[in-house]
Amino acid sequence: MAFPSPAKDYAEGRISLDKELIQHPGATYFFRMENDSMLQAFIPPGALLVVDYAETPKDRSIVLAAVNGEFIIRYLRQNGERAWLAAANPRIPEIRMDGVMDITIVGVVIGVLIQHEKLPAHVRAC
Amino acid sequence: MYALVDCNNFYASCERVFNPRLEGQPIIVLSNNDGCAIARSEEAKALGIEMGTPAFMIETLIKEKNVRVFSSNYALYGDMSDRVMEILAWFAPAVELYSIDEAFLDFTGMQTNLDVLANELRNTVKQHTRIPVSVGIAPTKTLAKMANRYAKKILKTGICQLQTKDDIDVVLNATAVGDIWGIGPERAKLCLRSKMKTAADLAQAPEEWVRKQMSVVGQRLLNELNGIPSIEWELESPPKKNITTSRSFGKLMTEKKDIVQAVSNYTAACAEKLRAQHSCAKKLHLFLQTNPHRTEDRQYFRSLTVPLTVATNHTPELVKIALWALNRIFRPGFNYMKCGVIVQDLVPENEVQAGMFDKRDRPKEKQIMQVLDGINKSFGPDYVRFAVQGYEKRYKLRQAYLSPRYTTRIEDIVKIKA
Repeated sequence: MAFPSPAKDYAEGRISLDKELIQHPGATYFFRMENDSMLQAFIPPGALLVVDYAETPKDRSIVLAAVNGEFIIRYLRQNGERAWLAAANPRIPEIRMDGVMDITIVGVVIGVLIQHEKLPAHVRAC
Repeated sequence: MYALVDCNNFYASCERVFNPRLEGQPIIVLSNNDGCAIARSEEAKALGIEMGTPAFMIETLIKEKNVRVFSSNYALYGDMSDRVMEILAWFAPAVELYSIDEAFLDFTGMQTNLDVLANELRNTVKQHTRIPVSVGIAPTKTLAKMANRYAKKILKTGICQLQTKDDIDVVLNATAVGDIWGIGPERAKLCLRSKMKTAADLAQAPEEWVRKQMSVVGQRLLNELNGIPSIEWELESPPKKNITTSRSFGKLMTEKKDIVQAVSNYTAACAEKLRAQHSCAKKLHLFLQTNPHRTEDRQYFRSLTVPLTVATNHTPELVKIALWALNRIFRPGFNYMKCGVIVQDLVPENEVQAGMFDKRDRPKEKQIMQVLDGINKSFGPDYVRFAVQGYEKRYKLRQAYLSPRYTTRIEDIVKIKA
């Protein structure tokens, strides 16, 4: 019989990314960013977005919204009665949430996974 | 009190979750092989598209009204169903999964206001999964199911609770006998012949009549309609009583060798499912048919049931029997569209009666199948197969309008382009 491991009594589960990132597994979905509207918020094209539909969005949350049938990623901004969606990219105009457009906040981006090797070349360039 | 929670137009709603453009659009989802409409969004129902309509019969309507058509994406529907059911389990101590899009909840002993709870449940499911659900609450499962239907079709609020005798009477009067859960077309006709049109009429039927005409099932139903719970809860799904593998070929087939291959594959699939639930079959049923919608073709439909001397789940034995049956019913010269294998009279694997003249080495066969299933589980379906099953999958499903598997394949996740 070999020596019993002295570590056995101290065994713990390995660190799991799923456990660290995801609070509501049943309400969490993945999306792939394919534009640079949130580049300045550290979300490059190619990033994997972890989106939690159960999370309540606050001012400055990064959210997944459906605007006129299209999914977009934006900052949710609120100031008193006023609410709008703002890109991190300053060249992209904000979208006012004043009932003119059909806008649904679908979920909150709770994590961004960047696999550097898999990013498109123009983003990786250094 | 019990609740029945039902996802509204489930498959069509699933397609919408990851495709917001579909909001407000008519959607239909087609059966395996893109045959018939098996799910419709409200907008598609409003166009008059009936459940089960073959897609080719409504081609013009689809084009004119821009109906969005989808092949069934069971990977997506299965995952979305799991997500919905997980949430339901938070709201009640006991949940019975009734189908992919329906579950019964047992609220016995709960002191909360159930209307408030149901509303919270609907909102939570909608927020977490984007799937709309309806809730019917009543003293029995049958009435809960009826309340659910009433909530959806008449109230259009999504919630209906039957608390008082008066509440129950309103819904009983508004439900046709044929729409009662557990009343099939035959029994509906029987009721109509006896001048019972609504669920209220049946609820007042004399007990002796119901017991005589509809046996013990009818007695249970009568109790349920009168608010006395009489249907058992199945918290774990019981093993299936028969297993069917049947599919359209995707294109018409005339050659016997192709059909032999299909029958072998369907039988192998049945045998694998039998072993997975530790059952053996005492009967095998095979059917073969042409396409009834092709009026230009000569039509043929034959089926054959073969009783087995010793119940089995051994693939080669079942395939041999299925092919023997095929030999009996196959006729050359037809354009075949579909065949199916059904294994019936299932018994638990460990209760199989040995045959006096049985020459098979069953323990050894069992070991072989265990090895086979083990390999296929690790390396993929049909990794090891019998030669008769062939290699090319000619009868492969036609899924021309399949949406991405948004939640189960990383390469299929939605890309944010805007």
